Amino acid sequence: MSVNAIEKTKFQTEVLESEKPVVVDFWAPWCGYCRRLAPAVERLEAEIGSKVTVAKADIDELPEIARQYEIDTIPTLILFQDGKEADRVVNPPSQDAVEEWLKTNQVI
Amino acid sequence: MKRDIYDVAVIGGGPGGYTAALYCARSGLSVLVLEKMSPGGQMATTSVVDNYPGFEEGIDGFELGEKMQRQAERFGAETSFVNVTAVDLKQDIKTIETSKGQVKARAVVLATGASPREIGLPEEPSLRGRGVAYCATCDGMMYRDKTVVVVGGGNSAAADALYLSKICKKVYLVHRRDTLRASKVYLEPLKNSSVEFIWNSQVKEILHEKKVTGVVVEDKKGHRKEILCDGVFAAIGRIPDTKLFIGQTELDSQGYILADETTRTNLPGVFAVGDVRTKPLRQVVTAASDGAVASHFIEEYLA
Repeated sequence: MSVNAIEKTKFQTEVLESEKPVVVDFWAPWCGYCRRLAPAVERLEAEIGSKVTVAKADIDELPEIARQYEIDTIPTLILFQDGKEADRVVNPPSQDAVEEWLKTNQVI
Repeated sequence: MKRDIYDVAVIGGGPGGYTAALYCARSGLSVLVLEKMSPGGQMATTSVVDNYPGFEEGIDGFELGEKMQRQAERFGAETSFVNVTAVDLKQDIKTIETSKGQVKARAVVLATGASPREIGLPEEPSLRGRGVAYCATCDGMMYRDKTVVVVGGGNSAAADALYLSKICKKVYLVHRRDTLRASKVYLEPLKNSSVEFIWNSQVKEILHEKKVTGVVVEDKKGHRKEILCDGVFAAIGRIPDTKLFIGQTELDSQGYILADETTRTNLPGVFAVGDVRTKPLRQVVTAASDGAVASHFIEEYLA
């Protein structure tokens, strides 16, 4: 299973208007830590995809959105709920840290 | 985790850990690798590994990590993506507590590697990701056309400063001594670069509002000055990830696990491989070598 890559025109419908909470992984292909996180995000999708939508946003493809959410370090995971940013985590050190972050936010 | 007791549990999925797993699995032992994120360890954030033999054009570090994982798994090694929270290595059957339950094994390979050393300023952790960074090739592009300060004087500081000088508007290199300890491949290009050196100085404070706005450096005479910058890259070495093993295996004064070329620690059935072990050269190839050696002595121990 691979994580849905958001297209520019679909951020509104797929993230902001989503019924389910959405975790967006802001990343870029040249970012080493992003690549380390990517498999963990994919496993997360496989494990908790029923409760949370997992998506990724390449900041080079979506510069306006990256600017809007003031992404200045990647990887940054943002949890969107009801069309708004609920919380974010920058460069989490482990898959477990991501899961704990989602538990703290009571989405899993 | 399919078994009640594994022959071998490997803590850490870098080149040392997965080579140990490969060799142990090929010897017919049951092996479980415990990895917190994804394979490759520190190597995974390196875009090109040019000094691992067999890849004449270099190889992407992340890809090499995945290859090592798949290779070990081809011979039956398993991977579990969990955090290790505690270990008891002193018994015959070793116990490892993880974020997803307990693992038991007859032998354990400690392959937890090392992490970037922090400058050690109180404001530093909260500024991580808001201007404080530890990996130029990872985060450098965020500072395109901006001003950054690199801290350190070794090979990684030199490489980071050079790399950033190609992207950033201005790069300062702050070092506490008056010469670099970097190898020749960096020194000549650095001399010809736009990098400005600030010798005999240490960063005493990171200035910030929401993000980093500058640093205060102090020279040996105690004179302080401010440098305005958008980012601070710390390249002042690494520290071994051995907190979990304090009170169990013997560590040296720097925190590395004491083990000789056999990779055997002071505890029977416990082996240390890769960057986490006391050793003269920390490289992908020497980590892999440790993994193979560990397997040899694990077989002997379990026989």
